[in-house]
Order: sequence, then C-alpha cells, then structure tokens
Amino acid sequence: MLKRDDLKKRLSAILGAEHVHDSNEMKLAYSYDATPNYQALPDVIVSPGNMEEIQAIVQLCNETGTPIVPRGSGTNLSAGTCPSEGGIVLLFNRMTEIIELDADNLTATVQPGVTTETFIRYVEEQGFFYPPDPGSMRISTIGGNISENSGGLRGLKYGVTRDYVMGLKVIMPNGECVVTGGKCVKDVAGYDLTRLMVGSEGTLGVIGEATLKLLPPPESKQTLMAVYNDIEAAAQTVSEIIAAKIIPATMEFLDQPTIEVVEDYAGVGLPTDAAAILLIEQDGPSEMVQRDLQVIQRICQAQQAIDVERAKNEEHAEKLLTARRVALSACARKKPTTILEDATVPRSKVAAMVQAINGIARKYEVQICTFGHAGDGNLHPTILTDARDLEEMKRVEQAFAEIFQKAIEFGGTITGEHGVGMMKAPYLKWKAGSSGLNVMQSIKRALDPKNIMNPGKIFQSNPDGEMIAE
Amino acid sequence: MKQTEEVKQAFEQRMDHTELMNCMRCGFCLPSCPTYVETGDNEAASPRGRIALMKGVVDGLIEPDEEVEKQLNLCLGCRACEPVCPSGVQYGHLLEEARDILEQHKQRPLHERALRRVVFHWLFPNHKRIRQTVSLLYLYQKTGLKTWVQKMKINQWLPKHLDEMQSILPNVPSPAEMKHRPAFLGAKQPVRKRVAFFSGCLMDTLFMSTNDATLTLLQLAGCEVVIPKTQGCCGALHGHSGEKEKAKELAKRNIAAFESLDVDAIVTNAGGCGAFLTEYQNLFQDEPKWRKRAEQFTGKIKDFSEILVECGFHKAVPLSMPEQMVTYQESCHLRNVMRISQAPRLLLESIDHVNVQELPENQYCCGSAGIYNIVQPELSMKILDRKMKQVQSLQPSLMVTANPGCLLQMRLGVKQAGLECDIRVEHLADVLLESVPQEMKNHGRGGENG
Repeated sequence: MLKRDDLKKRLSAILGAEHVHDSNEMKLAYSYDATPNYQALPDVIVSPGNMEEIQAIVQLCNETGTPIVPRGSGTNLSAGTCPSEGGIVLLFNRMTEIIELDADNLTATVQPGVTTETFIRYVEEQGFFYPPDPGSMRISTIGGNISENSGGLRGLKYGVTRDYVMGLKVIMPNGECVVTGGKCVKDVAGYDLTRLMVGSEGTLGVIGEATLKLLPPPESKQTLMAVYNDIEAAAQTVSEIIAAKIIPATMEFLDQPTIEVVEDYAGVGLPTDAAAILLIEQDGPSEMVQRDLQVIQRICQAQQAIDVERAKNEEHAEKLLTARRVALSACARKKPTTILEDATVPRSKVAAMVQAINGIARKYEVQICTFGHAGDGNLHPTILTDARDLEEMKRVEQAFAEIFQKAIEFGGTITGEHGVGMMKAPYLKWKAGSSGLNVMQSIKRALDPKNIMNPGKIFQSNPDGEMIAE
Repeated sequence: MKQTEEVKQAFEQRMDHTELMNCMRCGFCLPSCPTYVETGDNEAASPRGRIALMKGVVDGLIEPDEEVEKQLNLCLGCRACEPVCPSGVQYGHLLEEARDILEQHKQRPLHERALRRVVFHWLFPNHKRIRQTVSLLYLYQKTGLKTWVQKMKINQWLPKHLDEMQSILPNVPSPAEMKHRPAFLGAKQPVRKRVAFFSGCLMDTLFMSTNDATLTLLQLAGCEVVIPKTQGCCGALHGHSGEKEKAKELAKRNIAAFESLDVDAIVTNAGGCGAFLTEYQNLFQDEPKWRKRAEQFTGKIKDFSEILVECGFHKAVPLSMPEQMVTYQESCHLRNVMRISQAPRLLLESIDHVNVQELPENQYCCGSAGIYNIVQPELSMKILDRKMKQVQSLQPSLMVTANPGCLLQMRLGVKQAGLECDIRVEHLADVLLESVPQEMKNHGRGGENG
C-alpha cells in the first residue's frame, strides 16, 4: 500500500482535492455503520462524481493494493460497510441521479447513490411500482440495496432486490467496466453476472449504474392487525395463512417487548400488553383483497387472536407499517446495545423457530426481542444488552451461535437479508459447507486477486488481511 | 498538548456514556438534518456523525482537534433529529455538554474573550442593560442616524450579513415604554386560568409589541396574568454556546421568580426560550435540590398557543382577516423540543377567510438557530436560500412564525428575495391579535397594575 500522503495526492489528481478527505473528523465519521461493536478508521474518504472517476480510483487501488470499502448511507447491519484494514471509503453522495424511466420497457436506470425512498416516490409519481422496501429505505441507497440484496416488508409476495435488478454497470477490481444484463426480460447469454454481483457485498466490484425492473402499481391495498395472547399462536397463524394458499404482500410479526418500544416511539395505538401482533397487508384487485382479508381474518380468529382490526384508511395502514420499520432502532430505548440477527427459516418453520429463540433466550439468560418478516420466515431476533458487560456479551455470542445452528437445522440460513459482512463471516461455512465456501472463494480470487474489494467481508481474513482458505 | 489532554479527560468524565451508546447508528436521523443535507450528505455533519465524534473523543479514537470542534459548532442545534430518533437519543443535551467542555478549555484571543464576556455575562443577564442597549437602537432608528449611516455608506464597513441583519430589525419601542411594564393583568373574559408570563429579554424590548399582543390574547382567552419582575433572560443563548455555569445562574433566578406563584402555567411566546425553560432540570444533574425545584418549574411551561387552545379562544373569539394565503413556518425548538405543532395551525385555521397552506419542508430549520446566522453566516444563508425556494414556490402573502429568531431570519430571506411588498412575516401572536374584532380589543379592559 502507498503511503497515505501519496495516496491522497494521487486521488486528488483524479477527483480534485475537495472530494478527497483525510481529516480525523472525516475518518471517524466513516469508520462505522449500523452494526454495534465494529469500528475502524479508513485512511482516505473519496466522493467520485462519475463512472470514469470510479474506474481511475479502482485502478489506482489495484495498482497499489489499497482496500476499497464502497459505502452508501452506512445503514448496514453486518459490518459490511465498516473499514477493516484502512484503505479508502468510496462514497456515492455525488452520484444520486435517476437517469431514465423507460415506460415502454418498465425499467428505470439510476446512479447508485439515489436513496431508496426517493426512487420509490419518484416511480410512484410516474405511475409505477418498485417493491423492495427495506426497513431503512428512507436513508439507504439503491447501490447499497443491490450490494446487500436487501429485502423488506414486501418480500413475501414480491421478492427482494435481486428480483428487480435487470442490468448493471460494474467497475471490476482491475478497473474495467463490465455491462451485465440489460432491459431484456429474457437473456441467457452466458453466466448471469447480474445475479453474481447482486448481494456480493462490495467484494467483487463497484456498482456504478443499475437498471431496475418496475411493476404496474397494485389497484388497492388493505392492512389488518391481529393481536395475540400467545406468541406461538401468532407464529402458527403465519403458517396457516400460507397453507391456505394466500400470499399477503406483507406479514410482519412483533413480540411484546418490541410492541412496547415501538409504541413508545411511534404512538400509533399498538396494544402494548399483547404477547404478539401480526401486521398483514394484501394488495391487488379490490375483490381479491377483500376475499383474502376475510379468509385471513377467519384464520387469525381460529388461531385464538384476541382481536383482529382493519386499518381505518391508507394513512393509518402506512403508520402501522412505518412503526414496524423502526422496530430495531426503537429497541435501543431499552438497553444501550442492541444486536440483531436475521436468521431465516422456511416459512413453515416460523412457529418452531420462534419457540426455539425463546428457549435460547432463557438458556443463556439474555433478553431477546423478536420481530420480523414472519411471512417469509425472515425473523429478527434482537438481543438487548450492554457492550460494557463483557460477561453478558459472551453469553450473547453463544446465544447467537445457537440461533444460527437452529436455523440451519430447520433448513434455514444464517442471514436472510442483512448480509454476511464481518459479523457472520465465521458462520458462513455452516450454511454454505466447505465446498460451497470453496467455490465462493475461488470466484473472489479469480476476480479480485489482490483482495482489494471490501476485504474481510463475507470471508474471514487472517491478521495480514488475506482470506482464510478452507 | 496539555490542553488536549484536559479536554479528553473532561469528555471522559462529563459526557453521558450511556446516552452516547444509546445512539445505535441506524441513521434514521440523517434526512432530517439540515447540515447533513446542505453539505451534500456529509456523515460528519449529521447527528449520527456528531455523536460518533463525541464518542470517538471519549473512547480515545480521535483527538478533540479543531476539525472536531468546527463540526460540533456547525450544528444548528435545531434538534430535528430528536423526534425522528426511534431510540430516543437526547442529542441536544450531548451537544450542549460537548460544547461547554470545548468552550471551557478554549483559549480565545483577547478581543473574542472580551466580546463574549460583554454579551454573555454583562449584557444578557441584566435586563436593564438589555433595555439600555435596545434604547440605543431606538435612538439610532429615530434620530435619523440610521438614514445618515446608510447615506454615508458607513454600514458597508460591517460584514455583509451583519449589515443585512441590522436593516431588518423591527422598530423599537421608546425607552420609557420599555421601562413601564405591567406586573398583573386581569382577564377580559370570565376567568378560566391564572397564568404567569415569561417575558424574555429581547421579547420584552425589541419585540415588546409582540409581548403586548400575547398578553392581550391571554386576557381575551380568560386568563389572569402575573408577570413577576424578578425574572430575566432564560439562558438559552448561554446554554447553547458553552456557557453552562452562567445558564445555571439564570435558571436559578427564574425558578425562584416563578415558583412561589400560584398559577396553572408559565406561558412563553418564543419557541427558543420556551424549549430551554422546559429543560432546566438537565442543568442540575449534580444538584438534586435544584433539580427538584427545576422539575416543578418546567412542568408548568406552556407555549401561549397551547393555552389559547386549551381555553377555547379560537372558538370563543370570532377571528377574521382579509382573504389571503397564510403559511406557518415551524419554530424548531417549539416543534422538536416542546413538541408543539398542532396548536399554532389550529389557531390560524380558525381565522375566517384565511387559507392556510403547508410550506414544503417546513420541518427544516430556517437557519436562524439562535445566533447561528451571526456566527455561521455561510451555511445559514445556504439554508435560508433553500427555505426561500420553498416560499417562492408556495407564494403565501403572510408567513407566520413562533420565535423572534425565525421571524428576523424569514424577514431577511424575504428582503433578500425582493419580496418585501408581497410577503409579510409576523409572529403568531401579532397575527391573532390583528384578527380579533376591534370592539373586543378595547372592550372590558382588565385591571392593570404596573
């Protein structure tokens, strides 16, 4: 790696000095993301304004062996946008344009720095629909969503970011720009590089532009809230609804401690003494929505829901779902440190998983709030703790390891939508197996031989920053 | 170097470690922060970034260098990040504590130290001196000196933003008027409440007519109003500028002035003062006795708009104005700290013939932020420009504010945009009084006892 001053000089020559920062203050501000207990200072922070500048930066870093951490808004929850061994943090705050909305082909092309909500609002104003809606969509960027293959509340019916990325322009670690996919619905020309890049967590290249799929908006939607005295009855309802061949747009689960903190912040009238609630939304043609909601309501009641209430209007529905989106941050009201995982199981196993999580909480004497996208089996068990209590932190770690183990036992995965990052790198082998991990590492080595792209993420590194081989 | 060590130690000792950790860095605050948005999404200029900087100093990750200090000073203190924070982090308190530490260890040049002493210790704590200073302004405005200064272009010697500021100051009341203020006003309707009025320092001099309007409205709403003479400046200016000890002194004086009064509420009409008053208890973390007294005091603080709504003023008094479009520009501290947002709108909507429209982004600070527009003119003007774009897109004929700083800043924006003839900027109290029928204003004048 170059000396920092030389690196800064050469980056300034590419970008202009005003877009290259290395003050203490800036290094600290880009030393973290939303993952607790991970923090490391980068050497330099850069804000390129276009693809050519990104290419020049990547070339320089490849030549000098400088790590690159691409970063959207830093809302990552697996320490995927945290620097680990210095290098540069690459920002997209100057690349926030919506380049094109192609109404004939139902696509939109954007720069990576546009925030998810800005994009969703824009396409909705134009009469289209972009479903991926991660909890952090007000702040998160499309580039970050693609790199992490973000999910969201509507994942159950509409899938995740992967299902909406049609084409990419990617700057590879050697500085070359690769154009993958395009506007064709059908395209089998060679390996699907688009899918390879989506969810690669910035370890294979830098996304410089994306073409996204749009849908026509649903005709109508309706939301209901079902209240339970028994947490497992709520989980069982989820399985029953799926078994009845109904796929709601959203089916969110919140347990009692989560309801309490969310209500404390949002004040939307959630029943704080209930053991659990389900927030269920269905969209589509209004007759279908009505019919589905009636069936759902019956199932909820059959599963001993103590109350089933429909949202009064769209505004009320939006308030309920917005309240759900802040659940994780609201948990921080209880304890100084909130550590969340997103272990995911096949949806038929949601009830069993919820039960297992409660057992694990008791076994390790830790406080766990559970909420999440119950409909797609993507749960968010969140441990409330205090990073200063080292003894408890040890138990927290053990509890999470056991949650991962349980999820895999049920045929699930260690992460549904937050990514592996640094946080879950030690557990990837449990899910992928040795041979699976080997294939992944071979791809990484082939494309990024110098390991400059977001090193330490997905795969564990040794102290020299090299990937630990299987 | 020794000084840096002392600052680090003070951060370690004085900053609330748990509160720093309560920020779990989700970033939900980012889009609400005017300085984050105006700096092109610079994380360091965001609430999350600033808390990380404070924690970085506490944890010994970075030195409390000039950059860190600059960044903390760049914060408007508008606290728009607090209502949107799901974790409920009390950002404002962290910022005030950090600024106080930095200020106490700062070696300012002699002339700056002298100026700060004059402003924070000599002028604001002493109401008589405030009055005398404002009286000088009166002479400047009334004797033709202002015209002369403008003719001779002497004002050009002032930095541009200060010159602009002096040009939009309201017409000041005479020294005699400022001296003779009432101590009690009876209700002009059957008595519903007995309240005390917090007059403020600038509000009772520079903006005396707004205070008078507020008092009349309270009387019309059926309030008996007590105005204790021993009260003084709220200390917000001190608290926000790293002068915590002086702020405490002023807080104690006000608590003592109001605590023995038998009243239902202590009423304010300036969001900035009101917000600081509601948080007096935070100044006394280490003085439990004063903390308790402060809590009793802060429990009674209410904005006048709340009191008017509680008394049903808007239903009892037939309010009316010529037909026009009106917009309400929130006072950040009224909205984000006192959490009052509905009452002013409800009152405005009760005025006949008035079409109340929402200003886009009205939750964003106007850039006034106490003395921010004086000490950070560059960013303040950028933020004001953004605000004025929204104003120009809406084109109201009247902009209503709820704090004197916002009022001046918006007048400045309107003046800079050359819209003085098209858009009036007024305080809510003045607008409401304007819409009260003339006969009610004069009728049944309550007992006055100066």
